[in-house]
Amino acid sequence: MSNPRPTHQTLSVVVENRSGVLARVSSLFARRGYNIISLAVAPTDDPAFSRITIVIDIETTSVEQMTKQLFKLVNVIKITELDPSDSVERELLLATVSASGEARSQVVELVGLFDGKIEDVGYSTLTVMLAGDPARLDDLEELLRPYGITELQRTGRVALPRLERQAPRLRNATGKAS
Amino acid sequence: MKLTGAQALIKSLEMESVEVVFGLPGGCILPAYDPLLDSPIRHILVRHEQGAGHMAEGYAHVTGRPGVAMVTSGPAATNMVTPLCDAYMDSVPMVAITGQVGRPFIGTDAFQECDTVGITRSVTKHNELVMDPHELPLIIRQAFHLATTGRPGPVLVDVPKDVLQAEIDWWWPSDADLAASLPGYRPTTKGHPRMIKEAARLIAAAERPVIYAGGGILKARAAEVLLELAETTGIPVVTTLMARGAFPDDHPLCLGMPGMHGNYTAITAMQQSDLLIALGTRFDDRVTGRVGAFAPTAKVVHVDIDPAELGKIRKPDVPIVGDCRQVIGEIVKALRVLAQPGSGVAPPDRTPWRSQLSGWQERFPLHYDPQVEGDALKPQLVMETLRDSAPDETILVSGVGQHQMWASQFWKFNHPYTWVNSGGLGTMGFSVPAAIGAKVGRPDRTVWAVDGDGCFQMTAQELATAASERIPVKVAILNNAYLGMVRQWQEMFYEERYSEVYLSPDLPDYVKWAEAMGCVGIRVEHPEEVQPAIDKANSIDDRPVVIDFRTDAREKVFPMVPAGASNDQVVVHPSQAPGGERFVQ
Repeated sequence: MSNPRPTHQTLSVVVENRSGVLARVSSLFARRGYNIISLAVAPTDDPAFSRITIVIDIETTSVEQMTKQLFKLVNVIKITELDPSDSVERELLLATVSASGEARSQVVELVGLFDGKIEDVGYSTLTVMLAGDPARLDDLEELLRPYGITELQRTGRVALPRLERQAPRLRNATGKAS
Repeated sequence: MKLTGAQALIKSLEMESVEVVFGLPGGCILPAYDPLLDSPIRHILVRHEQGAGHMAEGYAHVTGRPGVAMVTSGPAATNMVTPLCDAYMDSVPMVAITGQVGRPFIGTDAFQECDTVGITRSVTKHNELVMDPHELPLIIRQAFHLATTGRPGPVLVDVPKDVLQAEIDWWWPSDADLAASLPGYRPTTKGHPRMIKEAARLIAAAERPVIYAGGGILKARAAEVLLELAETTGIPVVTTLMARGAFPDDHPLCLGMPGMHGNYTAITAMQQSDLLIALGTRFDDRVTGRVGAFAPTAKVVHVDIDPAELGKIRKPDVPIVGDCRQVIGEIVKALRVLAQPGSGVAPPDRTPWRSQLSGWQERFPLHYDPQVEGDALKPQLVMETLRDSAPDETILVSGVGQHQMWASQFWKFNHPYTWVNSGGLGTMGFSVPAAIGAKVGRPDRTVWAVDGDGCFQMTAQELATAASERIPVKVAILNNAYLGMVRQWQEMFYEERYSEVYLSPDLPDYVKWAEAMGCVGIRVEHPEEVQPAIDKANSIDDRPVVIDFRTDAREKVFPMVPAGASNDQVVVHPSQAPGGERFVQ
């Protein structure tokens, strides 16, 4: 929010749910030299279609070119550009953290503060889970690091546009809507 | 009606009005070759699969109908990659059918298996592996639809052997089935009315406008309406390498080809214009030179059916997504409204612009050192003689390199669809097979292939195809014994250090090569032999002819904008830069 020029943008791409479509999308990005930060794929409510949520690096290429090139793929049905400030973005993190002795209770407390969960308990390690805003995941990851993260897995974000709820006048005042 | 997959495939091609297939059979595609015996479709047996692909392209270039190539799996499919990429770069409608190993063998590294759809994904508009025999007719119908609509391009259909052998209930998908099967494919053909008005307003007000016509004009069958636009407005037209013939070269408004080896006037008119009307073109680096310095004072109206081309290289002031024929028609209408008395638009005075253009044309015409008695044969002289002896509406096909540029520069293209070449990919070896495909598509026309000796050796085995199928193409080899364009760059930019460019004038012996392939072979070493040889070739209509013109290796293509330079830095022929200066501003 403090950064006026975001370095990434999320594209929500609805595609036909057929074999090879993900390969078409990813090879297009490779072929044109676009950078993918993360990518998540799953069927939508209609099993004929899948939604690919791609977080792209927009410092090196224009979103407009990426979107237009993507849309040339015959199996791409719809593309929504999601501005981070105008969408709900969620991601899930799993981390195995060294936590023996005193550290153990500190890690448990930290994860509790973030509303995360302890998913697995070992003699000297804990596996913790946090689902939420990607920035919060970054924060927890940073705070856990001093204890020693031995395994880390993040899903890549999924996103949907934020719902129109407030009066447009009010939203304009924040300078976000356009 | 029960049909095998193979029968359904051939019947689907018939339903798509395919009249000719270029191909070569092999293991996995074998089942499809059996019903072909009973089909009215003509099959042309090539000698190398790449030839089949380029023939399909040549056919498509001159007829506007999709060219069809059919080959087997594995190495045949990989040999098809070059023509597919060529067709993709030049937006040529083409359908390639490849055999694939049976479904149970896919992924097992079976004999002649390769991941054809994976390999060809980035060089096709779309491709599809048929896994359900019942879907075969639909996938073929989709392939032809995709290849020919929107921005045309190549589509590949990969068919496993057991799909060809399976039995299906024949069906032919309706328009509605087709539309429902492609929910993500709806090309925009009609331009946005507000943008069209805005374009017309800019056109009416411009003082130094230039129409920058690209290959999209030909793809959209928009040559007529382009002529109307130019004549209604009096705006001069440049035709890119892909658009030669889209606007008649003998028209007073025609400025000819722009770009790296374009003529001085075409290049400079664009550089100094205040409005570029870019129609079906993509601001290719060979046209723009250094992009940052390209046409710095020009506003841009850009019309293209592919939205991704708008703003890819140069941000347009007025972007219009749509079919060139429709959009240009609408622009002409909008201009007529603006021209009505009382519309409040005063037409600008374009006299200074016109006189500037004709001044450049006078000072910098295309030029080469005239032929001197006893000196080696000038390739440009050969081109001029070919041009002046060619029957009207002759189709000219070229390979890639110096001969291609001389062909484009010295020919007079007065009709659309009379020029076939490999522009985007720059595929050496394109011309012989593409000429064969062109002649199959237009048997009523004379087809001349102009080729270099380097290019010729890449695909000339297809002359055997031409001779055995009685396709009387004519080939003019501008044989300078070098990879000429590379030689030119080494001379100009690598201090004349010639590295691996010498080929020899007589190894192979091109006349014997021609004769061995059932063609007439003629050798020309002296200027006075040029005309009789061409006359003889033009009189032969029952088999292919090859003329081996032994040309001067020192000749270079001028003008030239060096790679990476701005289009303000045109290197003209040395005799046109009297102070000896290399660059003319």
